[in-house]
Amino acid sequence: MDVTLINPFINATINVLEIMAFMNVTAGKPFLKTDITAIGDITGLMGLTGKTNGTVAVTFESNCILAIVSNMFGEQMDEINSEIIDAVGELTNMISGQARRELAEAGRSFKAAIPSVVAGSQHSITHYTDGPKIAIPFTTENGDFTIEVCFER
Amino acid sequence: MDTSIKVLVVDDFATMRRILKNILKQIGFKNLVEADDGTTAWDVLEEQEIDLVLADWNMPKMTGLELLKKVRASEKYAKVPFLMVTAEAQKQNVIEAVQAGVSNYVVKPFTAEAISEKLEKILK
Repeated sequence: MDVTLINPFINATINVLEIMAFMNVTAGKPFLKTDITAIGDITGLMGLTGKTNGTVAVTFESNCILAIVSNMFGEQMDEINSEIIDAVGELTNMISGQARRELAEAGRSFKAAIPSVVAGSQHSITHYTDGPKIAIPFTTENGDFTIEVCFER
Repeated sequence: MDTSIKVLVVDDFATMRRILKNILKQIGFKNLVEADDGTTAWDVLEEQEIDLVLADWNMPKMTGLELLKKVRASEKYAKVPFLMVTAEAQKQNVIEAVQAGVSNYVVKPFTAEAISEKLEKILK
């Protein structure tokens, strides 16, 4: 997969969480993910279409997403509920939007679908294409999350 | 800035409506109503007297751009301040929104200060 597709998603993730949730986020080393089991407990998934098609997934550990949404709302969130599910969808939407903006500036335009959210321990992430899945782990002081980017070969 | 006006917040994500309403309350706005897509927003606009619209772009049923065009085509709301708050920020999007008569444009993610500054400009 073209690695220049990856950096915009890393940049967008850091920027979205710093601005909307006031959180310092550190990106780890990208790796090739070979299974479909989510690393996190709740995942936002969004399809992207353009000259090449793909999906981006953002999967959060429970403690991490609870801390993120607590900061976004300015009040303590203690459980994964419909408000958290909605927030994961909107975070996915914002990360995708910002990454697509950076990609468009580099001459690669993509359109995005409305995101879907899946929750539950050990749930599956089904990407829409069979290309390689590049995972980028992120750490925060309140737990970890991972981005998966998958574009068709 | 007159904060006694009635504001309509339109976004399909409850999260974003909540964040925007929190910011608007911090600024001093108290008269807030919301809708989760363009169609519902239009119903609210027809039933109530709205003085300011903040709307997302990507929504089911009726997008923010379609809502903007409908608003500008109406006699009642042809000049109502309309702030687009969206993750769609590619140059073509901005051009389309400006051509449709948007008052100003905020790109997600945003700070509370960015919303406040844009509102100051369009509510002068």
